[in-house]
Amino acid sequence: MDVLTDNISLYWQGFLGTVELTFYSSVLALVLGFLIAACRVSPVGSLRVFGTVWVTVLRNTPLTLLFFAVVLGLPRFGIVLPFELFAILALGCYTSAFICEALRSGINTVPKGQGEAARSLGMSFGQTLHTVVLPQAFRSVIPPIGSTLIALAKNSAIAGAFSVTELLGTYKTLSELGYNIIWTFVWIAVGYLIITLSISALFNVLEKRYGVAR
Amino acid sequence: MTDSTALYDIPGPRTRQRHRLYGILATVAIAALVGWIVYLLFETGQFTAAKWTPFEYKGIQELLLQGLGNTLKAFGYAAVFSLLLGGILATGRLSEHRAVRWVATLLVEFFRAMPVLVMIFFIFVALKVQPLPALVAGLTLYNGSVLAEVFRTGVNTVDRGQREAAYALGMRKTQVMTWVLVPQAVRAMLPAIISQLVVALKDTSLGYLITYEEFLHAGKLIASNLDYDLPFIPVVMVIAPIYIGLCMLLSWFANWVAKRQRRSPKTEGATVAPAEPGTLLPGGPPGT
Repeated sequence: MDVLTDNISLYWQGFLGTVELTFYSSVLALVLGFLIAACRVSPVGSLRVFGTVWVTVLRNTPLTLLFFAVVLGLPRFGIVLPFELFAILALGCYTSAFICEALRSGINTVPKGQGEAARSLGMSFGQTLHTVVLPQAFRSVIPPIGSTLIALAKNSAIAGAFSVTELLGTYKTLSELGYNIIWTFVWIAVGYLIITLSISALFNVLEKRYGVAR
Repeated sequence: MTDSTALYDIPGPRTRQRHRLYGILATVAIAALVGWIVYLLFETGQFTAAKWTPFEYKGIQELLLQGLGNTLKAFGYAAVFSLLLGGILATGRLSEHRAVRWVATLLVEFFRAMPVLVMIFFIFVALKVQPLPALVAGLTLYNGSVLAEVFRTGVNTVDRGQREAAYALGMRKTQVMTWVLVPQAVRAMLPAIISQLVVALKDTSLGYLITYEEFLHAGKLIASNLDYDLPFIPVVMVIAPIYIGLCMLLSWFANWVAKRQRRSPKTEGATVAPAEPGTLLPGGPPGT
């Protein structure tokens, strides 16, 4: 129990580190995922191929390997960034592949007739997309995006092993200080539970507000 | 794929011309990006002989092979134990005793909510377990509880009539489960189960972080060698395709199974020839 009260600032720093890492990587993953999904459904062949390759490769890459390549490999190109940025890059790119697939399956759940009906009413491509197809797609992708982001928060633990300040990394300092290691981990676990439960609560609210059982 | 989306009409001649233009522009942009990366690779001397010589040595090839072997070993153990644990936890969650159900639910929810790496580190650091068992235990706890949910959904999606019919034949609960529900559930869930095994395979690389001598660890040993001019990029270029290839092979297998099932007689309705007079088989096929 002393572990927490004595080192509240250390834990707080780690907790904030994980929250920040999760937040920025989520933003990157959502933006990239959206762009890649747009590529994958676009009528342009070469963009579709690019999107497919991106998703297939990243989905089948172990995240540790990606971290290894980004954190230790990119500096060999002369690209030297703070470890936090490298971690955000690796996590964001990795998760973008999963976000893309969630979005794409969301677009595919919209019945074809909806788009056909919109077009037969004389709507343009843009109108069809933003008044008919996307609102429906958006509703059905809330739960899968939520679970993808929870997975992202959990995956951010790997960043700690690559010298980023985050929650799991605190165990090293604390075990060197001679604290009971089991309690150290209990509080780390509580920290992660708080983060993942908040994300799932947020997405439950979103789903209740916007999600529709179709 | 594209023609199944509701996004756009079949393009006319002018639109098609426009798309062709976009296609050329996109191809040029992607080619430029790839070209820039290749240029960077050459510019920073990633193809110099010194960085690639290590891969010619037998000792290093053996080191890599050994690492790959260790990765596969960890994956094998993790897969078998996860399936076992998944089965046990799923049985617990489907139990008729409230206490058993609660304990199983609690375990499943907790282990699914924890980062795998935290569990692996906990077992490795706090419980002072050797790297391989620690890695396998962590992977088993996580993937086992995910698989438990997969099994449970599988059992619950089996048509209710199947269960009722089995009970009506006088089977006990255990018999209903083992003879009727579980075989159908596993069959329906096989693609999901294999996909989860891909996750386990990918996560074996976490062993690198707890000094388990797996594939990535072997790569790191070579990459940080000063004699070979720190060949980080060449190592990534050798290791990544192998890892990705292994996972893609397993993913492809999952897809293949899923596709095979979609045209299985169960879902497609096999055409059965009507019984000819004189055959001993009772009745014609229902509802074909």
